[in-house]
Amino acid sequence: MTTPLVSLTDAGKSYQQLDALKSVTMNLNQGEVMGLFGHNGAGKTTMMKLILGVISPSRGKVEVMGMAPDSKEAWHCRSKVGYLPENVSFYEQLTGLEVLTYFAKLKGFSKKQAVDLLEQVGITHAMKRQVKTYSKGMRQRLGLAQAFIGEPKLLLLDEPTVGLDPIATRDFYKTVDQLKSNGSSVILCSHVLPGVEQHIDRAMILSTGQLLAMGTLKELRQQAALPVAIKPSGLNGSVASDSRLNSFLTKNCPDTLMVPEHEKLSVLKQLLSHDGLEDLQVETANLEQVYQHFLGLHEKKAVTSAHGEQN
Amino acid sequence: MRQILTVANKEFHDGLRNRWLVSITLIFALLSIGLTYFGAAASGAVGVTSLSTTVASLASLAVFLIPLIALLLSYDSFVGEQESGTLLLLLTYPLSKSQLLLGKFIGQGSIIALATLIGFGSSAVLLYFQLEDTQIFTSFSVFILSAVLLGLSFTAISYLISLSVSEKSKAAGFALITWFLFALAFDLALLALLVGVEQGISQNGLTQLMMLNPADIFRLVNLSGLDSSDVNGALAVAINASLSQAQLFTALFAWVALPLTLAIFIFKRKKL
Repeated sequence: MTTPLVSLTDAGKSYQQLDALKSVTMNLNQGEVMGLFGHNGAGKTTMMKLILGVISPSRGKVEVMGMAPDSKEAWHCRSKVGYLPENVSFYEQLTGLEVLTYFAKLKGFSKKQAVDLLEQVGITHAMKRQVKTYSKGMRQRLGLAQAFIGEPKLLLLDEPTVGLDPIATRDFYKTVDQLKSNGSSVILCSHVLPGVEQHIDRAMILSTGQLLAMGTLKELRQQAALPVAIKPSGLNGSVASDSRLNSFLTKNCPDTLMVPEHEKLSVLKQLLSHDGLEDLQVETANLEQVYQHFLGLHEKKAVTSAHGEQN
Repeated sequence: MRQILTVANKEFHDGLRNRWLVSITLIFALLSIGLTYFGAAASGAVGVTSLSTTVASLASLAVFLIPLIALLLSYDSFVGEQESGTLLLLLTYPLSKSQLLLGKFIGQGSIIALATLIGFGSSAVLLYFQLEDTQIFTSFSVFILSAVLLGLSFTAISYLISLSVSEKSKAAGFALITWFLFALAFDLALLALLVGVEQGISQNGLTQLMMLNPADIFRLVNLSGLDSSDVNGALAVAINASLSQAQLFTALFAWVALPLTLAIFIFKRKKL
């Protein structure tokens, strides 16, 4: 087994009274794409800063490529790490090419690389224009180009698809898949969930500095035990009259059966045996529902513990 | 070193692009040429006056302008980048905090130094054509060198401000107060001390107090060699107890190095 590229062991960060990140343990392997989800203030950015070595952990251990990222020895590793911050506005008075050349030079690359990267993110046409004339999407592309400098081994992207149109988003995910197949690891931080699912290997859910859940989507779905939504059509009330199927109906959506994962197949078989069945839609819980589930669970816990303290 | 130069190069080009270099040079050149030519207008004559009068008026002008310009140029160097998020990004690069700070200092310092050299140098050349006295170049090199050091000192001081606050507007406010304190209030306070306190401080004590203000050291450097008739105020007293030029330059240099070191120290401890 190879050593993980990034490993956090009980790592946490506190600012005075505030625990920005309670103890988190995680590993990221080479060529793996990890999705990091959570609300604002959940500790996503703090975790990224810890991995980047911009801040030092208050407790626990952080290792990137086998070294503490805030140490002097890790210095040369920094050119192999790409980062896209959440809120960054580049030097407005410079042109896109000048901005990227500056950053490329700081990582030890030349202007030529900068030009190539601008082409890769598709803003070659605007590279001689000042950044202040750029649209939100173009700025985001410039930021991505910046993160891609030097084909990094580790990429940390904070809200990479904000402001990108659907085509640019698709191009972005294509680049992520490509980097992944070249052996780069990616940490993708987001609260925009649709579309991200097929590009990540594992997901982490954070809330108020706490790790709520971590695993592949399949594992998370199993943990959450969310029902599968099955929506048959053409059965005209025979579902409601069937005593078994009946129990899966909920008040909110009278045509949809909410079936637990392990009963899915038997319910489907039963439905298929109906002659009147015209169509059938099966939807497993998506990432967003899984995310909501874990958050809801956490909030409930918080409420009960708060009650406990009062009593 | 390569990293420092990359940053310095960017900052220098920013200075060119924002027309800082051109405007500072122009201001210095116009004022100094104007003073050189019309410095004697009050006494009814137009034309080049004596060297000592010219240098005296240039120094009293520069002592207000240079700190103001240096503070304006650099007050947002760090807090500006912090607000736009590029500071955090830069620190994830293989670039240390001291490299970033020194790079900025070299870049912005070059702008100030170059503007001072061209702006005031032009009037030196002009004077030389009029008076044909090689003494001009000695006086002016002392003046320009001390003016550059004064500019660098206030650049370093403005880094201190820029690193200690969290908003650009606050940095601007502090820069203005700093300028007021060093350029105006300090001298008034000294004067008040001289006049107001009986059994007042000795000449030596006064000179030592003046070492606490880079602007006053600059004045001392440039006026101590001149006739005291061109100099008045607290300065005239101090000049009589003069320190050597080398000591004054050392003090001025310390006013560049100390704030810069302190700025690096603050930057290293700064939370992002």
